[in-house]
Formats: sequence, structure tokens, C-alpha cells
Amino acid sequence: MSSIYDYFNTETFFTEEERMARDAVRDFVGAKILPNIEAHFENRTFPHELTPELGALGVFGSNLPEKYGCAAMSNTAYGLIMQELERGDSGLRSFVSVQGALVMYPIFAYGNEDQRQRWLPGLAQGSLVGAFGLTEPDFGSNPAGMKTHAVQNGDSWTLNGAKMWITNGSVADIALVWAKDDEGKIHGFIVDTKSPGFSAPEMKRKMSLRASVTSELVLQDVVVPETDRLPEAKGLKAALGCLTQARYGIAWGAVGAALACFETAVEYSKTRIQFDRPIGGFQLVQAKLAEMHTEIAKAQLLALRLGQLKDRGEVTFGQVSMAKRNNVAMALDVARSAREILGANGISTEYPIMRHMTNLESVKTYEGTHDIHTLILGQEITGIPAFT
Amino acid sequence: MKILVCVKQVPATDSRIKPTGDGVGVDLSSVDWIINPYDEFAIEEALQLKAKHDGEVVVVSIGGDKVEDAMRSALALGVDTAEVIKDAGSAASDSLGIAKGLAAIAKRHNPDLILCGKQAVDDDQMAVPAMLAELLDLPQATVVVGMEVAEDGKSAKVDREIEGGHEKIEVTFPAVIATQKGLNEPRYANLKGIMAAKKKKIEVLSAADLGLGEFGSKVEVLAVNPPAEKTGARMIEGDAAAQVTELIKVLHDEEKII
Ligand SMILES: Cc1cc2nc3c(=O)[nH]c(=O)nc-3n(C[C@H](O)[C@H](O)[C@H](O)COP(=O)(O)OP(=O)(O)OC[C@H]3O[C@@H](n4cnc5c(N)ncnc54)[C@H](O)[C@@H]3O)c2cc1C
Repeated sequence: MSSIYDYFNTETFFTEEERMARDAVRDFVGAKILPNIEAHFENRTFPHELTPELGALGVFGSNLPEKYGCAAMSNTAYGLIMQELERGDSGLRSFVSVQGALVMYPIFAYGNEDQRQRWLPGLAQGSLVGAFGLTEPDFGSNPAGMKTHAVQNGDSWTLNGAKMWITNGSVADIALVWAKDDEGKIHGFIVDTKSPGFSAPEMKRKMSLRASVTSELVLQDVVVPETDRLPEAKGLKAALGCLTQARYGIAWGAVGAALACFETAVEYSKTRIQFDRPIGGFQLVQAKLAEMHTEIAKAQLLALRLGQLKDRGEVTFGQVSMAKRNNVAMALDVARSAREILGANGISTEYPIMRHMTNLESVKTYEGTHDIHTLILGQEITGIPAFT
Repeated sequence: MKILVCVKQVPATDSRIKPTGDGVGVDLSSVDWIINPYDEFAIEEALQLKAKHDGEVVVVSIGGDKVEDAMRSALALGVDTAEVIKDAGSAASDSLGIAKGLAAIAKRHNPDLILCGKQAVDDDQMAVPAMLAELLDLPQATVVVGMEVAEDGKSAKVDREIEGGHEKIEVTFPAVIATQKGLNEPRYANLKGIMAAKKKKIEVLSAADLGLGEFGSKVEVLAVNPPAEKTGARMIEGDAAAQVTELIKVLHDEEKII
């Protein structure tokens, strides 16, 4: 049966275990995350004590194989899990996205069997935390220009450089660092964050994703054994492959944030009385609600279909770009309309809206900015790249 | 140790329910269904006992169309197997009918221990655990908030909540124990458990499979009434001191509560 929160009844396309996974994560977020999330957001802290519990729940790398300690769920289930995490907070979803899509996935896809056995079970359990270092102070949308440098000396490499805006950087046990060799080839390294010469100062002045740790990574003559280089990560393509995984999750996650804002606005509009009637009875408010409702329904259908294609192994990076671009912009618009409907209450952390709205500003920028995805689609359409 | 856990599927506690058109039933067509919250303590206790004493946990239910969903949820938590009775009238049976059905299943399994929630939160009868113990001629302990099973797994010291205090009693197994909030902290389903549950079997039985007659009810419901509508709230205005004075006046003079 459809509800206003699932107007086209996408529910019927999910398998029993996909629905159960979604509900399990929703229950967990409701019980463990939502009660304290405003405080974490205000105090700029992440609830690290919950990392092992998130691991036990199974959300880290939930679509990777059982033999590495993962749940081996479908990509659709993975998407629904991201939706429920981000219904809680984009910072929480970011934490899980980075761990699963940007650290575990590359080790799984580009690592050798030793590396998989060594790292994946701990990352799945949450006894280890990972970070993904691609962005640099001078290279964001254009990572190909990166300056972080790797020099091979026999059985090891020496890394020098700096990364910026790295989620989980200061709390990570390992950082997946992308660096260029003398020939300009890009490699991925699993860097032990306890290595001499590695430091990760936290970036503290964020007004967005405050319940998520963001850091610089500084590498000064950090020595990384050849055995910790991902052998199959050949060039920037590998890094972008990870991003496609993470963007896929974001396309679903954004729906969760939008639903949280929409639900809040709907409830509020039915109970807030002005001029002797609920504000939800005014046409201008209804117009906002109808717009939000429609855009959420479209985004849900897009995510659903994206998941189906990914489960069949048919999804393209252009489709993922379109869904990330559309759904995040949609969520931000929904958050803004919801904010207006709540009036002054909309700006307070008493309600989740402003928190989601400021979070979504980061989500719109990371994993390829909205405009970079526009250019990706532009190239898909015309065949002409417009990046430079 | 073989443990049988009796579970009822009930409407989610936040469901908005209304009487059916004829006024003698509840319209359940659009509610979400959950495992009865008190039964969650029973499942958790069974899983903890299994971890300590080894053995098997079987969950059973008598219910309607969607009862397998509740079983799947229990299997995802780590329960080994599930059996349900689905039959004409099984969902609408009275407490005694349910207890007889559960007793028939229990006899097939010969469990060391039967755990139930102390009551179902939909019709609040609190009758099935006691009836089940009676039908099977087993010792029972109801409203249990603490439980210590002997090393040999053949008896338990249990802590019962009673009016104004606690009662400690010892029961020898097999026994029926009905669980109350506070006994333990029920676990969450995790994703690996959900995937594992997919491979576990839910056996669906009819009353005839168990040699039982048709399910029915000796109780006839005459009417179901919703709670009285809440009347409008009243806002008290003014500064803190004025509000307190006004509030005391309202509670004392108008509502006569204090
Ligand atoms: C909270 C947070 C967490 C992050 N976590 C990580 C992480 O874990 N790991 C990681 O590697 N990175 C991370 N990032 C970095 C993120 O991926 C980058 O911020 C993003 O790629 C954009 O880079 P930039 O900020 O340098 O912006 P720039 O690339 O400088 O872009 C600035 C503006 O210029 C536009 N622009 C750039 N190039 C073009 C063009 N060719 N045509 C048209 N417009 C263009 C952009 O769309 C944007 O509007 C994170 C960022 C944030 C905010």
C-alpha cells in the first residue's frame, strides 16, 4: 500500500531481506543515533562509541562477500541502508560510505587476496576505521593534477604530500592515499596512520557535516611497503571507480535526508495554527508540500531503478552521476522548503531540518560537485568534454 | 537444551487503530505488524541460554496471514527454526484455543524450557502462558524479570515481579516461563542474521496436522470502543509567576485534581 512517504509504492520491488535490512537500520538509527545527534552536531563530535555497534549491525561494506565478514546483501539493500543512515544524519552516512565504498570496496576490488584477508574483516566489524585521501588543497574537482608523490625504493615507497577535506582522517587506523609516481602514474596505498611522518590534524571550522570528522592528511617521508600498495589500482580510473560506489550510496542517502525533512514539515503543517487554522490548509504551504512530495517520489524511483541496474551489473557511471546530482539537489531543495514551512523553528536544532540542510551543502560538493556531474552528463550527451 | 519460544504477532504499538464497521472487531487492514514486545525478552533469553548451554531454539506462533514475517524476524535474530499454525479462525481464536495449539506443538518437541512474553500488547489477556503450563502439566513462573539457569540446565531460579516487591522461586525444567520487561536487553537484528534467516525454514502447519479440531472462540466480543476523544488543550499565558497561579487555580478549582 502506498503512503505519502512512498507514493509510488517502491516497497513492493524490494525483497523481504531488503525490507528487513532497511527496517533494522532504521530501528538502530532511531534508538541509538537520533537521541543524541543534535548534541553531536552542535559539539562537532562523532559518536565513536557506536562504531563497533555499527559493525555488529553489519553496515560496513554490507554488499561485499561473506568470506570477508560482510553481509553479502544486494546493492538495493545497500542503498536502503544508506537511505536510513542519512535519514538520521549525513555525517553518519558519510562515515559508513567512506568505510564501505571508499576503503573496503577498493581493497576488495583492487587489492590482492592477502590484503583482503588482512583488512576487510576488521573494517567490517568496525574494529578498524578507514579514510580515503584523494582531494588536495589545490586539486579538488581535478584530482588528476594531484601533487602527492610516491617514490619507490626497492620493496617500499616513500610518500610526500598533503590531502585535504578527508572524512575520518584523524580517527582512521588506515588511510587509502592516492599518489603519483615519477612517471605520473597514480597508485593507491594502504597507509598505516601510525607510520612515522603521518599526521592528520582535524579541520574544525565546519558549519556542515559537524557530526563527522574531517581532516587534513600530512605525509612527510612516510614509508609504505610495496605489499600495502593496491596492485590492481592502475591510475585515476581506480579512484574514480570507488567514487562511483560511494555516489551510488549517496543517491539513496539523499532520499533519506529529504524524507526526514518532508515528514517533519508535513507533521508541523498539520499542527501549527496561524490565522485560526493549520498552516497546512493554506494553498501556498500545500504548493510547497506538493512540490517536495513529487520530487521525493521521482528521486525514489530513480534510486530504485539505479539499484536494479546495479544488481544486474548494468549500471553506468553516467546513470550514477545523474542520480547523485538529481537526488542531492532535490534533498537540498526539500530541506529549504521544509525550513520555510517551520518558520523560525526551522532554523533550530530542535528540529532536524537545518542540520540536514547544512549537511547537504557538503554532500552537494563532495563525490563530484553538482556542476562536475553536469559536465559528466554533458559529455555523455554530446561526446564533448567541457572540463578544461 | 531445547527451548521453545511462543511468539505472537501484534499490530505495531504506534498503530492508529479503529473499530470495524460492525463495531465488534478492530480494523487491522492498514497496520504494521511486529513481534509482541514482551516476546522479544523471551527470544533474547532463549538466545542467551543457547549461547551458554548449547542446543536449539524453536520459535512458534499461531496467527494470521502475515505471521511468517514475525517468524523471519525471529530467525534473523538467531533463532534456529520456526513453526506456525495458520488455519481458518486461528488468528481470531481465544486464549484457550491458542494455548491448546501451542501445547500440541510443544508435545511434538519435548522442549526443556518454554518461554513466552508475559502478555500480548494487543488484547492484554495475560492468559496463554498459564493455560499452556496447565495443559502440559508443567511448573510455571510468570512476570519474570530475572532468571538463573542451573549449570546442568535442569532448573532455574527466577525473580518474579509482584505487587510492591519481588518473589524468588525455583522451577524445575521443563517449565513455562513468561518474561517481563527488565529481564534482558533484546538484541537488534543484524544484516548477516537477516541474510542467514533467508536460508532457514518456516514450517507451516494446520490444526489437522497437529490432530487438533477447528480453531474457535468461546468468547464472544460484544463491542469494541475507541478511547474517548481528547478535548482541546488550553494554553496558559503570562509570566512564570502568573502561569503558576493560574495553573494551581485550574487544577484546584476547575479540574478538582488537587
Ligand atoms: C565535509 C567534506 C568531506 C569530504 N571528504 C572527502 C574525503 O573523505 N576524501 C576526499 O578525497 N575528499 C573529500 N572531500 C573533498 C571533496 O570531494 C571536494 O571538496 C570536491 O571534490 C570539490 O573540490 P574542491 O572543494 O576543491 O572544489 P573545486 O574543485 O575548487 O571547485 C570549486 C567550484 O568550482 C567548480 N568547478 C571546478 N571545476 C570546474 C569546471 N571544470 N567547470 C565548471 N565548474 C567547475 C565546482 O563545481 C565548484 O562549484 C570532502 C569535502 C567535504 C566538504
